[in-house]
Amino acid sequence: MGDRYNIHSQLEHLQSKYIGTGHADTAQFEWCVNQQRDTYASYMGHFDMLNMIAIGENETKARVRFNMMEKMVQPCGPPPEKNED
Amino acid sequence: MYLYNLTLQRASGITHAVHGNFSGTRTQELVVSRGRSLELLRPDPNTGKVHTILTTDIFGVIRSLMAFRLTGGNKDYVVVGSDSGRITILEYNQAKNQFERIHMETFGKSGCRRIVPGQYLAIDPKGRAVMIGAVEKQKLVYILNRDAAARLTISSPLEAHKSNTLVYHTVGVDVGFENPLFACLEIDYEEADTDPTGEAVHRTQQTLTFYELDLGLNHVVRKYHEPLEEHANFLISVPGGNDGPSGVLVCSENYITYKNLGDQPDIRCPIPRRRNDLDDPERGMIFICAATHKTRSMFFFLAQTEQGDIFKITLETDEDVVTEIKLKYFDTVPPATAMCVLKTGFLFVASEFGNHYLYQIAHLGDDDDEPEFSSAMPLEEGDTFFYAPRQLQNLVLVDELDSLSPIMACQIADLANEDTPQLYTVCGRGPRSSLRVLRHGLEVSEMAVSELPGNPTAVWTVRKRGEDQYDSYIIVSFVNATLVLSIGETVEEVTDSGFLGTTPTLACSQLGDDALVQVYPDGIRHIRADRRVNEWKAPGKKTIVRCALNQRQVVIALTGGEIVYFEMDPTGQLNEYTERKEMKSDVICMGVGRVPSGEQRSRFLAVGLSDNTVRIISLDPNDCLTVRGMQALPALPESLSVIEMGGQEGSENEPRTLGSLYLNIGLQNGVLLRTVLDSVTGDMSDTRTRYLGSRPVKLFRIIMQGNESVLAMSSRSWLSYYYQNRFHLTPLSYESLEYAAGFSSEQCPEGIVAISTNTLRILALEKLGAVFNQVSHPLEYTPRKFVIHPESGHLVVIETDHNAYTDDTKRQRKMQMAEELREAAGEEETEVADRMAEALLSEDLPDSVFGAPKAGPGMWASLVRIIEPIQGNTLHTIRLDQNEAAFSISLVKFANQTDMDQQHLLVGTVKDYQLSPRIVDCGYIYCYSLELVHRTEVEDIPTAICSYNGRVLIGHIPNLIVDIKARGQRVFVSDVQESLFVLRYKRQENQLIIFVDDTNQRWVTTSCLLDFDTAAVADKFGNIAVDPTGNKALWDRGLLNGASQKAEVIANFHVGETVNTLENLEMHMRSEHPPLCGRDHLSFRSYFFPVKNVIDGDICEQLNMVDQAKQRSISEDLDKTPNELSKRLEDIRTRYAF
Repeated sequence: MGDRYNIHSQLEHLQSKYIGTGHADTAQFEWCVNQQRDTYASYMGHFDMLNMIAIGENETKARVRFNMMEKMVQPCGPPPEKNED
Repeated sequence: MYLYNLTLQRASGITHAVHGNFSGTRTQELVVSRGRSLELLRPDPNTGKVHTILTTDIFGVIRSLMAFRLTGGNKDYVVVGSDSGRITILEYNQAKNQFERIHMETFGKSGCRRIVPGQYLAIDPKGRAVMIGAVEKQKLVYILNRDAAARLTISSPLEAHKSNTLVYHTVGVDVGFENPLFACLEIDYEEADTDPTGEAVHRTQQTLTFYELDLGLNHVVRKYHEPLEEHANFLISVPGGNDGPSGVLVCSENYITYKNLGDQPDIRCPIPRRRNDLDDPERGMIFICAATHKTRSMFFFLAQTEQGDIFKITLETDEDVVTEIKLKYFDTVPPATAMCVLKTGFLFVASEFGNHYLYQIAHLGDDDDEPEFSSAMPLEEGDTFFYAPRQLQNLVLVDELDSLSPIMACQIADLANEDTPQLYTVCGRGPRSSLRVLRHGLEVSEMAVSELPGNPTAVWTVRKRGEDQYDSYIIVSFVNATLVLSIGETVEEVTDSGFLGTTPTLACSQLGDDALVQVYPDGIRHIRADRRVNEWKAPGKKTIVRCALNQRQVVIALTGGEIVYFEMDPTGQLNEYTERKEMKSDVICMGVGRVPSGEQRSRFLAVGLSDNTVRIISLDPNDCLTVRGMQALPALPESLSVIEMGGQEGSENEPRTLGSLYLNIGLQNGVLLRTVLDSVTGDMSDTRTRYLGSRPVKLFRIIMQGNESVLAMSSRSWLSYYYQNRFHLTPLSYESLEYAAGFSSEQCPEGIVAISTNTLRILALEKLGAVFNQVSHPLEYTPRKFVIHPESGHLVVIETDHNAYTDDTKRQRKMQMAEELREAAGEEETEVADRMAEALLSEDLPDSVFGAPKAGPGMWASLVRIIEPIQGNTLHTIRLDQNEAAFSISLVKFANQTDMDQQHLLVGTVKDYQLSPRIVDCGYIYCYSLELVHRTEVEDIPTAICSYNGRVLIGHIPNLIVDIKARGQRVFVSDVQESLFVLRYKRQENQLIIFVDDTNQRWVTTSCLLDFDTAAVADKFGNIAVDPTGNKALWDRGLLNGASQKAEVIANFHVGETVNTLENLEMHMRSEHPPLCGRDHLSFRSYFFPVKNVIDGDICEQLNMVDQAKQRSISEDLDKTPNELSKRLEDIRTRYAF
């Protein structure tokens, strides 16, 4: 039984350390939000993706980066109402 | 089977740029990141030319770059934030011409992740600490210090994490020698994430947070934070301590605000706007980059807006309390990713897309009539200042660095009818885009061309004195005469030089300190400084047929194969050596190297004989004129040249390192051999062979960037030189030449004087290291695709811009604005309003300089252009209506037409296209032959068109087809997210059947058919894959150069070379010479898919950069010598690429 307990605590450690690590109760909204934020972060890190988007939208790279940061705050709109039951 | 990967043209866009004194001397230098390579640039303060000193591939993505200097130091270091999960500190070693890694600290996972630091770097301005931050949560601070031996030390990381917090930017605040302070733009999303009503997100404010590193307690505290009124995108650190008021400038949408830890009142100033701007009125304006200039007495900032306008920002202070921000319009340059103000008075602008520029700052804009805007001027809320953009007034353009980024499309064809094909690339964005024709070769700039009386046979340049900096005479030899020209302000004939003019000349040179020597068929003429002439006459009926000379030695060959050797003694007298050497066969050519500095003579003479051999003859007094070595040749030799290559230029405290001696042999069959000549024994080893052209190869020694190099002339001229630790043999993009010599004058310090038929030309090679030379023709909007009309060789380009106005709409908008101006004016002001409206209508600012107005989302401008690519003449343009955008183009021959060979041009367009989410009104397909034949309406975007057996395939189905290629009955269709499909048309059922798909879902951007069964595809994450038409990917490789480089990559790969040695070599290189910034090479190449069956030539070629001992150990493991390995690499390179 020690093993199972150990795995559980390891998972918890991962979840606290790495944002977005899934758990049994991950809902669609949470998953989507994390996915979008990860994507935007990756776009900003890879200069070539940023270039591509900047060309497509015909905006400066600084503006594209700024827009992405703004979208990261709430990429998927407000969260759904929580069911209390 | 393996594929071998070579980068032909390195990435040319710049993502980051920093400046400093990296080599430790007082020269101002720049370190720029080209995405995955680091480059050291040195702008020459005298000429204004930017020289590339070093390029290093780091096999990782550079996400941030900073320079810093320890307090009291005189050398700047570079900190790199990359995708390796490590922070790297590099030092430039000038002696080795390499970046050396001083520290590399691991802190997290690799990759560009949300919470792994590397995205942001901030340096304490006194160089005491560095902060490295992620987009979210994590921030680490490292303390930098010196140990007892004055080496740079780095501490273990101190955490400044804050979860649920996004970071927009970080900057080090200048606080003098108080505890280091970092400012971050942050936003906390926790509340917004848990509020279902959606109100919290509107309440959430961005905060400016200061983190203090307590050097005494060795930890980081969140010292102070304050909410900001509007969202900011970046921070500028204001000089502090003794130099200024400290604090930060917060650049946000429409405003710039000075803040200082809440101790001082905020000073806020709106960002001025262009007067009568056609931009979407809803748009805000942000600053996109900034540069700071600081001297002991003053400082100012240059900040650039999205439109490219630079403002000079100064702060008014009252006893270190900022009272006023002043902004003044400075000049307009292309929108940049980074700007650097150099202490030498230059401004370096690394453009987002297109060429980069170096400007000289001629004026600081202090005393012109440009209005100055100030935060103290009263303005209503939401109101701003207006200014009028104009041509450059304060900056003077001095140099331009070519950048192809982004390459939107590329095709290889020989439209100019030169035997080697050219690369046609359409590059750039918006009004700065261009069609560039690339040719393999060095760009030659023609400084002067003058006609001569008759056809000369040879040309030389000589100095009058050994220590002269520049050449004094150009000597031109004709069949029966010699012409001497003196070099001054102009080049003119002189007769008092002492040279004999009535005879042809075989060779001439400067001799000793101040004498000259001329060798002609009947003798040797030694001209002393005081005009005394000593002559040596050829004996009897013999004449001199060949000769070789340098500053102290003269060797001549007489008819019959007799060699006579002269050496200069300390009194400046030329003395004949007591013996002569009789060769067994005719001497065809001779070569002797330069006298090494500090020595009396060059030790070896190379002689090419008619028995297909080259012999090395010793000139050492101990065994003078004995044969030391011999090499058999495949053909008759034509010319010889002994030069020293591979040495490093010395600096103040480090001596010049010696290179090795190379014997270059030009053969009569057009082959060039390069052999290493042992400088002690004279042994020849390690021969490299290269075919240059159809004519016999003549060799000339010239000086390029302070080093010796060889100009080889066959049917084309080539330059063999050593540059950035690698041998380059590059053709010159110039007509064929007959004879040449080095040339140096005040106007042209390193040039070439050459003859071609009856003209004398002075040429300069400026862009050493460039693989391609380019000819650029401007375009109007972002080019998307083009086709080559095979019969005429003309290109048809479609250009489309989102967020743009067509010319017509622009004119209408202007009229409308002028009308509004008139209407808004009151009774008394009509005259003024009329004048202003008039001015508005007549104003014509070229978009290529000032940028096209941003029309807003969903606005499109597009055109189809027929262009003649060699001269760059636009033959015809078809402008589409506003909001109609062309996306695909093809040339098709229809089977059902009466004239089967009639080419039709098909252009696929779309009307009212919204990017995100994708909404389309409808699409059209235009069919032109000589005029518009037909317009077909379709429902969706026709994104790809392809000719197919007399019919046409149009791709407009979801998800989104990006490319269609057809060969025979097969159709290769690439989808934007589902990789490649292979289809076949069934005539009976009138159906297209998919018979191959891909197991990996690739986001394809472009594809290329290699043969009937194989296609190569590139995806938007920078992978290249080759798919044979089985349904599995054969090979794959991660993150190449990204989307901007895809066309080049296709041209790059060559299938079908089995190279086992190299496979092992690659493995060894990975372990012995890991990439500079700590990214694991294998995992970088396997970024998205595991790399398979590809050998990375780029890392293998770094073998030459590894130090000798390691090279030896690698090659021993492979049972080879280092020379064999490097020869193998060079062979592969020259066999398939260049």
